[in-house]
Formats: sequence, structure tokens, C-alpha cells
Amino acid sequence: MNQPTASLEARNLVKEFRLRNGLKFSTLQAVKDVSFTLEAGRTIALVGESGSGKSTIARMIAKLETPTSGDILLDGSPSGTRGRALAAYRGDVQMVFQDPFASLNPFHSIEHHLERPIRIHHPELSRAEVRDRVLSLLERVRLTPATQFAERRPHELSGGQRQRVAIARALAPGARFIVADEPVSMLDVSIRLGVLNLLAALQREERLGVLYITHDLATARHFSDEILVMYRGEIVERGPADAVILDPQHDYTKRLLEAAADPERLGALRDEVRSAG
Amino acid sequence: MPEPHTAVDEAVVDRTPADTFAAPIGITSAVPDTGRAEAEAAKRGIRRRMPKLTLKLASGLVLVVGITLFGIIAPFFTQSPTFSGNPSLQPPSADHWLGTTKLGYDVFAQLAQGTRGSLLIGIVAGSIALVLSVLFGVLAGYLGNWSDEILSLVTNIMLVIPGLPLVMVIATYVPGRSWLLVAIVLGITAWAGPAVVLRAQSRSLRAREYVAASRVAGERAHRVILVEILPNLLPLLTAQFLFAIIFAILGEAGLSYLGLGPTGSITWGTMLNDAQTGQAIGTGAWWWFVPPGLMIALLGAGLSLINFSIDEIINPKLRIAPEYTRRVRKAAREGRGVAVEGSIA
Repeated sequence: MNQPTASLEARNLVKEFRLRNGLKFSTLQAVKDVSFTLEAGRTIALVGESGSGKSTIARMIAKLETPTSGDILLDGSPSGTRGRALAAYRGDVQMVFQDPFASLNPFHSIEHHLERPIRIHHPELSRAEVRDRVLSLLERVRLTPATQFAERRPHELSGGQRQRVAIARALAPGARFIVADEPVSMLDVSIRLGVLNLLAALQREERLGVLYITHDLATARHFSDEILVMYRGEIVERGPADAVILDPQHDYTKRLLEAAADPERLGALRDEVRSAG
Repeated sequence: MPEPHTAVDEAVVDRTPADTFAAPIGITSAVPDTGRAEAEAAKRGIRRRMPKLTLKLASGLVLVVGITLFGIIAPFFTQSPTFSGNPSLQPPSADHWLGTTKLGYDVFAQLAQGTRGSLLIGIVAGSIALVLSVLFGVLAGYLGNWSDEILSLVTNIMLVIPGLPLVMVIATYVPGRSWLLVAIVLGITAWAGPAVVLRAQSRSLRAREYVAASRVAGERAHRVILVEILPNLLPLLTAQFLFAIIFAILGEAGLSYLGLGPTGSITWGTMLNDAQTGQAIGTGAWWWFVPPGLMIALLGAGLSLINFSIDEIINPKLRIAPEYTRRVRKAAREGRGVAVEGSIA
């Protein structure tokens, strides 16, 4: 787990969607030539507005979408696209989804959600060993008493608790890299920090590489080593977190920073809105 | 500028107040026997998916279970439905509870045997329709792309072929029609409509994040369909199955009435056909055609009532509507109503 070369690399990723409007087809370039390297133990934040292509990148890395061109390399070698190679890749790279109310199947218990990835990636384990792992995962995401949380169903949990389950599920196969697609945007502001800090603590314990996708610059700076700013499918600015926030170069980054809520500017914003209305 | 709250100590990973608040009561007490707790959790999960026992559901169940039991048990205690030694066209009496037919058959015996025949056809045809609609609908919805195009094409073709004429054509071409053949023919003409609904529903379920999440976890396609998608389609499938049974029994009755029903077995439809060819209406022998007709109506009503109760699970708005009307009415009676004619959303 502590190999120095452990890395997840996106090289020249391009994703085009074919849109049909009646008989006419047009092409939408959702992601244009994006490259970055995520190393074990580090966090990269991917920041951008809705529709900037950041979730498409997440889905491509989670192998839910196939890139139009470009490669995803794990530890320097091309990643599998099907069969056993894909299964091995999924054991290493996992995803935490945005909406904890939609990402857990209402029909199944929490135990089912954690047990399946363990069974799939570690078929050699006995029933009791799988159960032990499920319980220890729940304890690692601070859902205790684990035996009681295991048998509950998603609707019996709060949003923050569900997102912890989703994080545990991503860790279940023994993943080394985690793609977190806006993991706290659907949660109440009061519990966001708890979930983010949990993710950060787990990352330190396991030396996980985390791709943190967000539109919130504040948490991006707080949580990540490097920030990539995306705009219309392209990375317009990249660099160490503090440098990007404190000394933005690109116009779009500057606008993004201005749009962020700033207590000192609240009055100005109100005047602006009122005069416009 | 970053918001000030980001300065909070990172090491504080513990539960936030909101999470603690959401923790259910009773968890803090001593850990109970896990086996029992698990059984209770399972029971709770199943019960949540069951419709509540309302008058609607109860009367539907009584009708359907009653008719089914009648079809299973009664034939063992009646005389042979094809024994023609009785006096013909007798009205109901102590000897023949529902009278006799023109050929001297006992109507009660025929009804008992006919119930069995009709139910068998209904269940077999319903099952065939269910399997085919799941196969075409769910697969088309889940797989998408070319598979979807092909499966939808077949579904749409089956949808626009008028069912009863096709059944009649098939039925006339086959000389000896067993009840099984009639059931199969009815089954393969009834699946297209439900398949369209299932396709739409599973397309929507497929786009849910938990399906994507199970794919990321490494689940194979067949497990995603069977374990993640199908359970969430269960209420819909049950409703469609019950509806397919009604459809098949009515279809069989229609076919039999036209003389295209199963040869050599007795169903409600063949009884009606016999009554019609025996001029039961002309001779005033109501006991010959009323019982099978009534049975069809009662079974249809019973299955529909169960279906309504299932609909209320699928669409909770339906469940609220009667309660809402009641409340509006009550408020109006007490003189604090909003409007005289309350409309329901």
C-alpha cells in the first residue's frame, strides 16, 4: 500500500456526447483534453460550475462512462475496461456519490451495501469474516454500535450517516483511490465538516488518493493539496491549493472567488441584487 | 476568500449534533440478543412493503381466496360434471344446488370444475405474460442502445397487433385446443402493454445513483437487474400479474363464448357457451348462465380491489386522497371548512 509509485493518472481525457435533435446530430464536448496525476496520500480538488465537465471526469474514472479518447492509467499502466482487469481496477478505485439519498438502495440493508463489494473483491472470505469486515468498516466511519447500524435500512438513517455508509462502501474493496463527487453538497451545512473531516482522517490513515470534486472553493482549499479549476470542459488553472485561492490567474477563477460568500461583502451583494431587481 | 469556519480543528471527526440527534432511541440501552433483533428487522422490512389491511384489501382477499378454495376443494365433493343421467333443465333444488343443464349436467359440479379450469388458465397465462414482459421490458430499459431498439421494436409490434383477433386466428388454426394452449396464446398476446411500463420504470431506476454505485462496486449486469432493480419493481409486477390474470380469464371467457375456447375441459367460458347454444335465456334457465357470469365478475372485482391496494403503495398520493376528503368533510361539518366542494390534488 505504501508503494512510492502508486498513482492514478488521467492522460488527455476527452469525452464527447452526441446529441440528437430530431434528425440533426450535434456534438457536445463535455471534457476537452484533461490530464492530471493523483498520487497516494494526496488530494486533488476539481472545482468548477455545474456543466463544466467535472462529474463526467468522475464517471470516466469510475468507469461508468468510456472516454472518447485518452487513457486512465493506474500505477503507470493502462487500466482495464472489461472482465477481470476491470474488476481489479474497481478494487483499487472507488467512488462516493453526490446524493446519499439516492446512492443507497432503499430495498436493502446497510449490511448488504457493504457486504457485496467485499464478497465481489474477496470471494475467499468466509461468511463470518465478511461480517467482521462489515462491522469494522462501520466502526471506521464512526457508525456505532455497528451491529445495529448494519441491519438498518437507508431510510432509517440521516443524510450524514448515509454518506458515511457510502464512504464505507467505497473503502470496502480495499480501494487506494477514491473519487468523491460533491460528497457533501446534499448535506446540511452543519454536518458537512464532520463528513469531510472523516474523509480526511481516513485518507491519512490509509494513504488514500482522493479526487475531490466540488464547486465550493473554501472546502477545496481546506481539504486538498492541489486545485484544478475547470471551465467548459477545460482545466483553466491548476496549482497548489493556497496559490490558486490567494493568487488567482485566470479570469474565471477570479469570478468564482468573487461569487463565494464573503461576510464583508454581504451588504454590497444585497445592494447589487436590489438595484438589479 | 475562504469562509472562516474552515479553521475548525481537523481532528474533530466525531458526530456532529445533527447526527446524534438522528440516532434512534433505544440504541443506548444494553445490546439485545442479536438473533432476535435481526429477525425483527427482517419482519419490519417485509411489513413495510405490504399493503395495509384495509376494507378494500380485505374484501378483495376474501373474494379471491374464497373462489380459489372453491375451485380447489369443491370438485372433490360434487358428482362428475359430465354425468348426464340427471333430469334436464331442473331449477335449483336440494339435490342439485344450482339446477341442471339441458343435457342433464349438474351446474354446481360444472361450476366447481369450471372455476378450477378458469383459474388455471388465468394463472398460467398471467405467469407467461409476466415473464415475457419482464424479459422484454426490464432488459430493454436496463441495457439501452441497440438491445433496447430491438426489444422495443418487438414490444411495439406486439402492442399494435389487436389481441383478440390474433387469438381467434391462432385458435381456429389449431384443431385440438387444450386449456394449456389457450393459456399460452392468451399469455403471449398480453405482455406488450406491461412491458412498455416496465421499460420506462427500469430506465428510470437504471439512472438512480444506487445502480451506478453497485456497478462501481463491481456487480455484474444480471445481479444489478435481479438484486438492485427488480425488488423495487415488485409492487408494479404484482399489480401487472393480477391484471394479467383478469385479462386472461376474461379473454378465455370471450373465446369460449365464440366457440374457440379449450376443447375437452370445462371453464366458466365454456359453461357460458353451452348455455348460449342451449338457449338458456330463451327457456328462462337463469341458473345455467348466472353462476359462471357472477363468478367472473366477482373474481375480477376481487383482483381489482387487491390491485387498488397495491396501487396505493406505488403511489402514496392515492392513499392520502380518501383520508383528505374525509378530513375536509369533517371540517365542513364542524363549520370550519375551507370550501363547500373541496377538490383533491
